[in-house]
This record gives sequence, C-alpha cells and structure tokens, in this order.
Amino acid sequence: MIALRLAQIGRPVLAVLAAFGRVTLFGFDTIRHLLSLPFYGREFGLALVQIGWFSLPVVGLTAFFTGGALALQIYSGGARFSAEAVVPQIVAIGMARELGPVLGGLMVAARVASSIAAEIGTMKVTEQIDALVTLSTHPMKYLTVPRVLAATLAVPLLVAVGDSIGIFGGWLVGVGTLGFNPSTYLKNTTDFLEFWDVASGLIKGAVFGFIVALMGCYFGMNSGRGAQGVGAATKAAVVAASVMILAANYVLTRMFFTS
Amino acid sequence: MITLSGVKKSFGPNHVLRGVDMTIAQGQSLVIIGGSGTGKSVLLKCVLGLVTPDAGTITLDGQDVRRTDRDAFLARFGMLFQGGALFDSMRVWENVAFRLLRGAKAMPKDQARSVAIEKLRRVGLSESVADLFPAELSGGMQKRVGLARAIATNPDVIFFDEPTTGLDPIMSGVINALIREIVVEMGSTAMTITHDMSSVRAIADQVAMLHDGLIRWSGPVADMDTAEDPYLQQFIHGRAKGPIASLR
Repeated sequence: MIALRLAQIGRPVLAVLAAFGRVTLFGFDTIRHLLSLPFYGREFGLALVQIGWFSLPVVGLTAFFTGGALALQIYSGGARFSAEAVVPQIVAIGMARELGPVLGGLMVAARVASSIAAEIGTMKVTEQIDALVTLSTHPMKYLTVPRVLAATLAVPLLVAVGDSIGIFGGWLVGVGTLGFNPSTYLKNTTDFLEFWDVASGLIKGAVFGFIVALMGCYFGMNSGRGAQGVGAATKAAVVAASVMILAANYVLTRMFFTS
Repeated sequence: MITLSGVKKSFGPNHVLRGVDMTIAQGQSLVIIGGSGTGKSVLLKCVLGLVTPDAGTITLDGQDVRRTDRDAFLARFGMLFQGGALFDSMRVWENVAFRLLRGAKAMPKDQARSVAIEKLRRVGLSESVADLFPAELSGGMQKRVGLARAIATNPDVIFFDEPTTGLDPIMSGVINALIREIVVEMGSTAMTITHDMSSVRAIADQVAMLHDGLIRWSGPVADMDTAEDPYLQQFIHGRAKGPIASLR
C-alpha cells in the first residue's frame, strides 16, 4: 500500500524531472548549433521582425496601462502614510526592475511561444521537418537557432521600449489625474532611477526571450500527431514559458538584488 | 546500388521491421507495396536516416550510410513526400530551389530561380505558379512542385512516398507518367512506396511486398500477376478474404 502510494508520487516527479532534463539538453543543443556554421541570416532577420517588431503593440499597450495603474495604486497606497510623492520613483523602479520585463516576457510568451510551437508543430506533422533534413538542412540550425537568438536580442529591446511607455503611462496619470507637476515628475523619475535598475530588467528580458523561443521550439519539435497534437504543443509551450519566466524572475531578482 | 540487410525497427512493443533484406540496383525503379501500417514509410525513412534502425545495415554503393558524410549522402537524394511537405512560408520557386540556394555550392538567386522554373516546366507547371505560395495550389499541383523539388539537383536516387495519395485517377495517372519519364530520363535509382496498384504498374521495374515486417515477395513487375504467393495475390487484387487480415 505504501509502495503504491510512493509510486503514485514518484511517477509524476520522475516525469517532470525527465522533461526538465530533455528541455535542458535541447537548450544546450541550441547553444551548440548557435556556435557553429551555417547561420541562416534570412531566417534570423524574419524572426527578429516577427518577434520584436510585431510584439511592439501588445507590449507597449500592456506597459502603458500597467504604468498608469501602478501610479494610481502607489498614490492610493502611499496616501495611507503620507507618501504620495513617491509615485514617480516607484513607478520607474517598478517598471524597470520588475513589471516591464515580467509583463513584457509574459505577453511575448503568449504571442510568440504559441506561434512558434504551432508553426514548428505543423511543420512536423506535415513532414516539412523531414523534408528539411532530406534537403541537407539541420532543423535546429534552420528553425531553432534563428528564433532563439532573435528572441534573446529582441525581448530586451521590447523591455526597454515597454519601460519607457510604462513610465510615460505613469506620468500621464500622475500629471493628468493625480495633480503632479509634469517636469517635477520627470525629474524625480530620472534622478531616482539608477543604471542597474534598467540593466537588470534588460538582462531579465534577454533570459525571458531565450526561454520563450526555446519553449516554443522544443514543444513544436516534439509535437504529437494531428491538430490535437499541435494544439497540445502550443498550450504546453505557453504554460511552460510563462511558469519558467516567473521562476527565472525570482531567481534573477534574488541574484541581482540580495547580497 | 542500395542494399538493406537485416534491418529491424521497433517502436516500443510494435515490431515494425523484423529483418528486411533488399537490394535496389543502380538505375532501377523499385516499388514497395504493402498494407497500411506495414512499415513502408519507416523503411524509407531508415534509408534516409530520418529513423535509426535498431539492427541491420544499409549501404549506398557499398558504403554504410551511417558512416558516410551526411551532407554528401543526402545531396545524392531527392524525395517526394506524401503530402508534398512544401514549406508554407516560401514561394513555389523558393521551395524548388531550396537546396540550390544553400550549402557550399549555393547558386546565385537568379540562376537558382531559372533552374526552379525549368524544373517546374518539366513537371508540367508554368512560370506563373513560381511566385505563388503552396497554399494557393491544388493537391495535384503541390505534388508536382514536390516532384520538381525532388529533381531540382538531378539526384542519383529519388524516393517517392505515396505519390498519388489523395489525387483523382486522372491526376494520379499524370503523376505516375511523370515519375516514370523522369526516372528513365535522369537514369536515377528510384524507390517508391505505394498501395496504389496503378502506380505500381506505371512506375515499377521491380516490386517488393512488405508484410509483417518482412519482404514477403519480390520480383519483376511483369511476374507480379502470375506469382503464386497468396499474400501478394490478395493485395494486388484487393480481396477482403485471404491470409492478410482485413481488420488490422
């Protein structure tokens, strides 16, 4: 009876550990292929546009509304101990260190991990990946490397733009609704924000970008058969990327800000 | 010449190939027949290295395919996939010229496009389809584009996986005739897998029947109808009754 119970616990634990191992090996394989030729520049360029440029509206809107809501929350919370004046500083630090990269990463995970997994999964079930192999083209080099590299470079840029838009959203609410002086708000923001606040968010963005594209490619390449298989791969890619972003965020925050 | 000896492949408890021995002579067109799920596609993928056999050896011109330079080996092959397997994101000509545009011997874009258009013409498609995307083509046209891609580099060996599946009888006849013409014209070695008997008669020099993971019968296509093997006779005449279970 006890052995049966232990087996019931052990089986899913082993399955999770095995899956984590496979993803890790896939990640190492991606890096290995990234460091060797050939490099498919056209595919990298297309991925950069798809992941970076086309994610801009969704990341920008998310950041704008988050910055605005953050300003309102800090103002109303700060009012409890007469600290309403810290709105610009906290909006800036909150966006740059935490909300910009995390919400940006999650929005990119929803948009990009799903699209990569669906695209590669469909390629797998329609034998396009086998066709690539027969045409002497390694699928890791042609499909995975350009997407992972593009996401690793594009997401920090998206985070930088998102930070700026979020701070602008906070400024707009601060000035328009909460009665802050426009130039004082800006001065408080720029004076308070340090280089490391921004840099740490950009590093997080790069890690989240890597995670998003890696999850999309991994689940796409390991997609099951048919529409159901592709659907399951897409769902798994988004869930895994989102959870891994949140877990990585905790680890990185602990590394960067606790000493 | 392609030689397979003792090739075995299992997926878990499912023993798909149980020791296949087969030879395809240079310039010969071999058609492998057999029911659905008998391992025809797996056999073909084993030769190409898309699936790794559990046991046995596969040689191309005497060299073990697992020990040869992979790129050089694949450069000798062309393959027409069952569903075409055209790349959705690329235009038709880019699909055909895929290999020509990449690798150490990559051609300039204009030259590759010219070769692609020439190959499209060879399979009966006009230049006007070159700039379309695969999704804009009918099933028969997609098969022709797949065929053009398979012959784009004039390969020594061409594989055809269910070339007429999903096509109407007239289009099937057109594709069969094209395959036969191209194989003869290019002098390529061809391996086709199908369960369409009209394809077998149109394409094959030699026929091999795969059943229960083994080559059940093989011989010249001319001998197929008079062979005494009951499995072969049941299959080629499409009889429900016989040694092959109709419910599998």
